[in-house]
Amino acid sequence: MKRYSAFAIAREAMRHHTGWNRAWRDAQPKPKYDVIIVGAGGHGLATAYYLGKNFGITNVAILEKGWLGGGNTGRNTTIIRSNYLQDPSAAIYEKSRSLYETMSQDLNYNVMFSPRGLIMLAQTHHEVRGYQRTAHANALQGVSTEFISPARVKELVPIINIDGPRYPVLGGLYQARGGTARHDAVAWGYARACSDMGMDVIQQCEVTAVRTEGGKVTGVDTTRGPIDCDKLGGVVAGHSGHLCDMAGFRLPIESVALQALVSEPIKPCMDVVVMANTVHGYMSQSDKGEMVIGGGTDGYNNYTQRGSFHHIEETVRALIETFPMVSRLKMLRQWGGIVDVTGDRSPILSKTPVEGMFINCGWGTGGFKAIPGSGWAMAELMAKGHSPLTDEFSMHRFREGKFIDESVAAGVAH
Amino acid sequence: MLILTCPCCGVTGEETEFHAGGEAHLKRHGPGSTEDQFEEYLFMRENPKGVHFERWRHVYGCGKWFHAARSTTTLEVYGTYAAQTHEPPKDLRDTISKKVPGWTWREFQ
Ligand SMILES: Cc1cc2nc3c(=O)[nH]c(=O)nc-3n(C[C@H](O)[C@H](O)[C@H](O)COP(=O)(O)OP(=O)(O)OC[C@H]3O[C@@H](n4cnc5c(N)ncnc54)[C@H](O)[C@@H]3O)c2cc1C
Ligand SMILES: [Zn+2]
Repeated sequence: MKRYSAFAIAREAMRHHTGWNRAWRDAQPKPKYDVIIVGAGGHGLATAYYLGKNFGITNVAILEKGWLGGGNTGRNTTIIRSNYLQDPSAAIYEKSRSLYETMSQDLNYNVMFSPRGLIMLAQTHHEVRGYQRTAHANALQGVSTEFISPARVKELVPIINIDGPRYPVLGGLYQARGGTARHDAVAWGYARACSDMGMDVIQQCEVTAVRTEGGKVTGVDTTRGPIDCDKLGGVVAGHSGHLCDMAGFRLPIESVALQALVSEPIKPCMDVVVMANTVHGYMSQSDKGEMVIGGGTDGYNNYTQRGSFHHIEETVRALIETFPMVSRLKMLRQWGGIVDVTGDRSPILSKTPVEGMFINCGWGTGGFKAIPGSGWAMAELMAKGHSPLTDEFSMHRFREGKFIDESVAAGVAH
Repeated sequence: MLILTCPCCGVTGEETEFHAGGEAHLKRHGPGSTEDQFEEYLFMRENPKGVHFERWRHVYGCGKWFHAARSTTTLEVYGTYAAQTHEPPKDLRDTISKKVPGWTWREFQ
C-alpha cells in the first residue's frame, strides 16, 4: 500500500495524478477463511481490522451484498458522542470516541474527525434533571461532559432561539470533544487497511444461507458460491433478524426506517452539533455548508430504506422553532436507512446459539459513533471468546432482565 | 405513505391518521409459563423481510385497534381485519398467497 502524505500529493501533482493506486483490491472469494464477516459497513470492517491488528488474524473475508459502506454507515448524520447514562455504554462509546481521535493517523486515511463540540438541549424540566444526572454519571465514568446554562448555549450557538414559545432552552449537556467525522471515509479507510493486511473485501456477494453441522457453524452460501469458515461474524444492522433467521434463531430486534435530510449549502453559521431530543430533531453543518438534519424513526417494520414523508415534515417543523433561520432554507435531498432497534435501545455484541457464530447489531439509530470501539470489542470477543467491553451486551440479557436502558435517557439516540 | 382501511369504522385514511402498534398475535402465557415463553412474548420478534402481520390503532378516528397484513419490502397493505381474533382470516391469507406464493409467518402460510 502506498501511504498518503503531503509529499505524495506534491509528487502526484507533478505527474498529472497518474500514480494513485486502488485503495483496496477487488477480491474474489476463496473456498475457505478462518473468519468470515458478513456486512461491509463500518462495524464489520472495524471488526475485521482489529482482528488483524490486535490478534494477528488475517485470513478473513468481509462479504457485502451491495457496495462497501452502502448501508447505514453511508447514510447517517455522523454524530459522535459518548455522553450515555449507563456504565457499559459509557465504556464502549468512550473507547470508540477516543479511537476516533487518532483514526486518521492509525489508518493513514483522512476521516475528517471534527471534535467541534456537541450540545444536547434540555427543553423541559424533566430533561434538565435527566441531563444533570447524566453529567454526574459521566464524571464518575471518566467521560468529560458538563451541564451548561442557556446563556452559554446561546454563546456557542448564536443562531438558536433560546426562549421559544413552547420549548425554551433551559440548559444543555455539553460534550466538548463530541463532533462529527466523514462517514464514507471511515468505511473506506478501514477497507483499505484490511485489504492491505491481506484480507478480502468482497462486494456484490450476498449471504443467502448459514451452514451448520452439529450446532456449529461451517460456512455460508452466497450469491457467489459457498464459502467455508471456522468463525462467522454477522454485522448486518437492519438485516440482522433476517441473517439470524438463516441460522435458525431469533433476535429481540425490529428493523425500522430512520431518515435524514440536508439543506442547500450556506455560509458557516453553526460550528457545534445540536440535538433537541424533546422535539425530535438535530442539526450540524457539514464542511460543504449544508445543514445536516436528522429526525425520528417510523413506527412500523420496514426494509425499503424509505421512510414516511410526514416524519421529515415533523422534524423540520420542530427545528424551525429552535432555529428560526431554517424556515428560509431549501432542503436538497432526503434519504432513509434501515436501523435495528432492540428493546432497551442498546446494542447486542454476543455469542449466539450457533457455536462459532457471533453477532454485532442493535446499534439502531446511533451506531456510527461506535464503529471503532465496537470493532475493537467484537474482534476481542471473536478471537478470545469474551471481552470486558461486550460482557453486558449479550443477546440473553433480555430474558435475564439485565437491560442497559438508554431509552430512558434520551428520546432520540443518534 | 401507507393507506389503511379501518375495519371498525370503514374509513380509509393515510398513515398519519393511525398509529402503529407492533407485531400481531403475540401469545401471552399465563402463570407457570417458562422464562423462554416470557422472553418470546416481551422481546423476541419475527421482524420478517416480507409478509408481516401487525396491530394498528385508528387514533385520529374511531380510536379502535385492528390488525393489518403488510409487506415490509414493498410496503403494500394486503388488507386489514378485526382485533378480536388469534389469527389472520383465511380469505386474507389466500389473497396474500396469490401475490406472494409460499409465504410463511410463524405457524401461518
Ligand atoms: C438516517 C440515519 C442517521 C443516523 N445518524 C447517526 C448519527 O448521527 N450518529 C450515529 O452514531 N449513528 C447514526 N446512525 C446509525 C448508524 O448509521 C448505524 O448504527 C451504523 O452505521 C451501523 O453500521 P453497521 O456497520 O452495523 O451497518 P451498515 O452500515 O448498515 O452495514 C451493514 C451491511 O451489511 C450488508 N448486508 C446485509 N445483509 C447482508 C447479507 N445477507 N449478505 C451480505 N451483506 C449483507 C448491508 O448491505 C450493509 O452494507 C444513523 C442511521 C441512519 C439511517
Ligand atoms: Zn376507525
